[in-house]
Parts: sequence; structure tokens; C-alpha cells
Amino acid sequence: MFKVFAWIVKRDLMLAMRHRADLFTALFFFVIVVSLFPLGIGPEPNTLREIAPGVVWVAALLASMLALERLFAVDHADGTLEQMLLAPQPVSLLVLGKITAHWLVTGLPLVVIGPLLGLQYDLAGDALGVLLISLLLGTPALSLIGAIGAALTLGLRGGGVLVSLLVLPLYIPVLIFGAGAVEAHISGLGGESHLYLLGAIGIAALFLAPLATAAALRVSAE
Amino acid sequence: MRGDRRLFADLDLALDAGELLYVHGHNGSGKTTLLRALCGLIRPEDGEIRWNGEDIRSLREDFARDLLYLGHKNGIKGDLTAVENLQVSSVLDGFPITEQQAWAALGRIGLDGHEDLETKVLSQGQQRRVALARLLVNRAPLWILDEPFVALDKGAVELLQQVIREHVAGGGMVVLTTHQEVPLTDGIVKRLKLGWRD
Repeated sequence: MFKVFAWIVKRDLMLAMRHRADLFTALFFFVIVVSLFPLGIGPEPNTLREIAPGVVWVAALLASMLALERLFAVDHADGTLEQMLLAPQPVSLLVLGKITAHWLVTGLPLVVIGPLLGLQYDLAGDALGVLLISLLLGTPALSLIGAIGAALTLGLRGGGVLVSLLVLPLYIPVLIFGAGAVEAHISGLGGESHLYLLGAIGIAALFLAPLATAAALRVSAE
Repeated sequence: MRGDRRLFADLDLALDAGELLYVHGHNGSGKTTLLRALCGLIRPEDGEIRWNGEDIRSLREDFARDLLYLGHKNGIKGDLTAVENLQVSSVLDGFPITEQQAWAALGRIGLDGHEDLETKVLSQGQQRRVALARLLVNRAPLWILDEPFVALDKGAVELLQQVIREHVAGGGMVVLTTHQEVPLTDGIVKRLKLGWRD
């Protein structure tokens, strides 16, 4: 069973490597959006420090949503999704494999580059560390939750807009606790409690999202 | 039922080991819908589909292990090579094969020299062959094939006919829609006509 999971991850990573242009879209979007704010607001360090966690997190939200559309659309178009639904494996396991690969390709780069962008906002070193941890805990949850929306809107016209309407409200808790962790740390309250909650959201999503996504895919494939 | 339209009703058929079922019908008569329903991709409005006497909805993965479905879409990735495609689908089907076996199967299906090309550069017929190579490495007893002969040249059609013949002779079951008949040496042929017009 684990072998199938590993193969799905491997296949999707291979596909991503052969389409490197797609790989960088979300990342560049993230970099540019985060970089626009200091240019628009002006170089006042105190203001920037204050808005940094929120800006980075909102940009991460939008960037990870941008990549969602492709999660199942290509598989749907070439018929491999059909074959996955008919495979003698739990569909939720295959879905989890796809989400894992998707996160490695679109989520992990955000985690790595996030603290670097935080430097533009004059965040202190330890605050950057908290930002990194919050992104590391939060972005998998974004991919998991987003997969449900991507599966539900599969094959619909204007699915891209619909997916944002469906998914963004569900992202709100991740945003609150992700940005909140960094803010709480900066203000001296300590961000641990926020990070714990962020982890809890991630674990809940890890168990529930693949099941919901599998069910949504079955409906969409009919 | 597809949308609000009733495609077929009062359908009752059974298939035993070593039998081949042709589904005939004009365009739009519901051949593909019937096949997809047999696979469990579409839930029929009314009625049951059973495998070994049990509803396929309750069997789920156990039924999926015994089933190989090949639809209009090839189900192969254009960015992967033929060998990679075959290996991935064999793992998904639950019959993992080695790279050597994948090369051998692709050679037999007539893709000599194209095994390590990305399938998007292959022709329609060659892509179809990559998809059909699954038949050679899969040991599922029930094959459901939707227009398997489309885009194939004469040699490939003959090869596929032979593969299907061997499968039926070996006690397998095949359901297919086609305009090209498979001459059987062994086994029983059943026919199903869909649609109210002849």
C-alpha cells in the first residue's frame, strides 16, 4: 500500500520536473506579491514589521490557491484520474499521494523563501524562525483543504474562480493562527499556542481532507 | 440515465467466465455510459450491478482488483515515457512489474524503439498501444474495453484480437464496444443491442 503511495508521489514529482514553468508560477507570484507591499506602503520599518506576518501569510494563501487548479485537472483530462478511481487501492491514499507531491512542489518552496522575504520587512531573526515554523505547519493544511475545493470544482466551467470562493473561507483559520503566531511572538506573548493550534488544524485536515477529496472526485467523475 | 434522458432500462444480463460480450448501438445510445456504470464510475439510477453475486458498490476495491477498464481516454501521461506510464499503471492496478517486463510488454505491442520516448511525441495509434500494453501485464479476469480498436493499424488490430482471444480462452471475461468483431476459437459470444432503432 505504501508502495502505491510512493509511486504516485514519484510520478507527480517527475511530471512537475518536466514542467518546470508551472513549478515557479506560484513561487514567483508569492515573491512578487510580498515585495509589492514595501514598495506601495513606503520604507517605514515599524509599519512594515507590524504588517509583515499578515502580508506574508495572505500571499502564501493566494499562491497556494493559484496552484490548486492544476492538481486534478490534468489527470481528469487525460483519463488517469478515471484509472485512479478504478484502482484497487483506497482512493484517499492516492489522493494523499497527489497532495503530498503537490505540497512538495508548491508549498515547500514558499516555506523556504518566506523568511527571506520577511527580511524585507525588518523582522528579527527569531521572528523569522517562527514565521518559518508557522509556514511549515500551515502550508500542508492549505494544500489538503484546497484539494477538496479542487476536486469539487473539477470539470466545471470557471472552476478557477469557484475554487477560490470555496476554499478561501476555509483557509481563514490557518491564516489567523499562522499570522497570529508571528505577531504574538513579536509582541512578546509567545507564539507557541498558535503553533499548536496550527498543528492541530493540520492533523485534522490530514485525516479528513483525503476522504472528502476522494468522495468529491467520485462525484466529479460521473 | 444521463442528465434527464433515459438511455436504457430493463437491462438484465449475466456474464460467465470465458464469455465475451459485444455492446452494439448507434452513436449516443449509451454504450459508454453502460460500460462506465459496469465499472462503478457511474451510479445507475435504478438497479444493481453484481460481481460474483455481490453488489460492486459494497465490494469496491475487491471488484477493482478483478477489473481492467480502458475508456476513450488512454489514461496515460504525455510527459512520461511509455515504460514509466506502464509501470505506474501496473502499480496502480495492483500487479507491479519490473522495468524489464515493461520493456518486454511494449516490445510485444509493437513499440520497439519508442519505449523511452515521452508519449506526447507518439502518434495517436502508438499512444493507444501504450494504453493497451496494460492488457499484457494485467491478470484481472474482467476486461471492459470501450472502442479498443480505434486509431490502431491493421497489425495492431490483429494483435489485440489475438490477445482478447487468448484472454477469453483462458477463462477471462471481456465486455467491449466495437464495430470490429473478434473471431473467437474458444468461448461464448454474447451480444447486446442498445437503442430503439436498428
